[in-house]
Amino acid sequence: MAGPRRRTLEERFWIAVLWSAAIAVFVFLVAPILAIVPLSFNSREFLTYPLSGFSLRWYQQFFASAEWMRAFKNSFIVGSAATAVATGLGTLAAVGLTMANFRGKGFVMAVLLSPMIVPIVIVAVGFYFFFAPIGLASSYLGLVLAHSALGAPFVVVTVTATLQGFDRSLTRAAASLGAGPLETFFRVVLPLIGPGVASGALFAFAASFDEVVVVLLIAAPEQRTLPREMFAGIRENFSPVITAVATVMIVVSIILLLSLELLRRRTEAMSRAKR
Amino acid sequence: MVAPLFVFLLIVFVAPIGSMMLRSVRDVELSDVWPQTAAALQGWTDRAHIPSEAVFAALAADMKASKAAGVQAVPARRLNYAVEGGRTLVFGTLRKLPETANSWTDVFLAADPRWGDIETWSAIDQASGPLTSFFLLAAMDRQKHADGTITPTPANRRVYLDVLARTFEVSAVVTTLCLLLGFPVAYLLATQPPARANLLMILVLLPFWTSLLVRTAAWIVVLQEHGLLNNALIALHLIDRPLQLIYNRTGVYVAMTHVLLPFAILPLYSVMKGVKGVYMRAAMSLGARPTVAFLRVYAPQTIPGLAAGGLLVFILALGYYITPELIGGAADQMLSHFIAYYTADTVNWGMASALGALLLVATLALYAVYNRLVGRPA
Repeated sequence: MAGPRRRTLEERFWIAVLWSAAIAVFVFLVAPILAIVPLSFNSREFLTYPLSGFSLRWYQQFFASAEWMRAFKNSFIVGSAATAVATGLGTLAAVGLTMANFRGKGFVMAVLLSPMIVPIVIVAVGFYFFFAPIGLASSYLGLVLAHSALGAPFVVVTVTATLQGFDRSLTRAAASLGAGPLETFFRVVLPLIGPGVASGALFAFAASFDEVVVVLLIAAPEQRTLPREMFAGIRENFSPVITAVATVMIVVSIILLLSLELLRRRTEAMSRAKR
Repeated sequence: MVAPLFVFLLIVFVAPIGSMMLRSVRDVELSDVWPQTAAALQGWTDRAHIPSEAVFAALAADMKASKAAGVQAVPARRLNYAVEGGRTLVFGTLRKLPETANSWTDVFLAADPRWGDIETWSAIDQASGPLTSFFLLAAMDRQKHADGTITPTPANRRVYLDVLARTFEVSAVVTTLCLLLGFPVAYLLATQPPARANLLMILVLLPFWTSLLVRTAAWIVVLQEHGLLNNALIALHLIDRPLQLIYNRTGVYVAMTHVLLPFAILPLYSVMKGVKGVYMRAAMSLGARPTVAFLRVYAPQTIPGLAAGGLLVFILALGYYITPELIGGAADQMLSHFIAYYTADTVNWGMASALGALLLVATLALYAVYNRLVGRPA
């Protein structure tokens, strides 16, 4: 838009309107999340400004609480296990979908992506009815299976997208040089689509790390995750410890977001190098 | 290679949801406990009169057996869904049952006159399974009578159409807000130089990646009675006493819009990225004023993005649970709340499944529309 032509008054008016509207929306998006962080360092139990003084007492309470620590651990156990299952199965499926054409592909794709679409409460109730009679409710295994199903479509989507730019003559070259299908996959395909697989894994982890409705319905107190414990905390007694937990979770989100951004840049650099 | 995930999802995802959908039309709670009654009612053909003595005798035997087994509460609960006071009808009658009787019909009619009511028997018959339309009809506030006609449920028991209307209303309002707020942001991101756009994009992606529970907690801190917003407004002397911003519809709209806004911005942004500036410049060089050029040349080209983003937000909003649960009041609960409530709190699984079927059908239908619009080869 930045041409040599001078902007008219009318254009300048609309640009001002646009910027003020956009800035207002940015504030709406980010301010509540940023507002909660300083409150977690407040020395008194008030959830409002001005702060009474700096203190780490809410973090101390968080790290000293058996329940919060258990939830913290559970979130990472369930998240990592579900990510491993979702990434393994999802990557395989994405490679299969891209490399082969078969009848009913549309239907298979719809099933693979369905966990992204079905409302979460239906998923949770379905698991509840289904897992309870076979003893998988109130177990880590049940939770991991459920979260794997929810995370797998993200892996399928990201890996499929990465494979769009994949040069298939590479696998043929590997095969002609005597590599078996497995060796080709691990030594040729996987290194090239690695960043895509890693982004898929990050999405799968985030899906599990943020999931609360399934946990709400099928987990026993021993399997409660961080969001589940936060749900209980918000419901029963909104103490400043929640602001400390929220801050920790924001840090985790930022780490996930930054890793994803780095991966994206690497993929972009790679595809540019290819051209 | 696709097979492992496909089979995995069939077993742990499709099968549970399928069996849930089955539950919305399967009804064996009552016939499991009262098998003789369910069988005897097969012979009840004259729907203008109450059943024969054989059915009453079967019910007496079933009731006693169920009491001996300690499961009398199960059919009582099931009957209570369909008949007002069904639970007391069963328990009251149970207390008055003698060991033997010449006419069980007389015993029952003496115990409670409602046993002479054809609707009572029709309810038992409809609950005798194995298949029923009861829950699906109830989910739409309809009931079936002895003569097979379907009428609206009496006003005092009518709830679900309201809930459905509320769910659609909240979703529609949130969608509108998301598109209104998302449009300028997406436009700005699409027209800025890439380096600055990437930086601004972080402001959209940060909330997108922040946990839903964290954002909900943040909104409670901001909106509650002595929260940040109320305190700020009071400090600025704009209001005298705190506004009620939470545990009502306002809070739900604000928090849901915040959560779903990125889902509107991202599709809008990707469509706007593809709109060529050259058309706008052409329009202006032909003498259109910028406002006119924008409205008549640029805006129409963003309609696919508006449709895709709007549908996506609407679909996601329909199934919302956590935000209304924590930030809404009793009158703001949506379909998902009732599904979870009937599953975990009252154990009315048939009702939970029927409402779930309703929500699933609405979601999938809208998704089919979305898919056609976006034209993804899925």
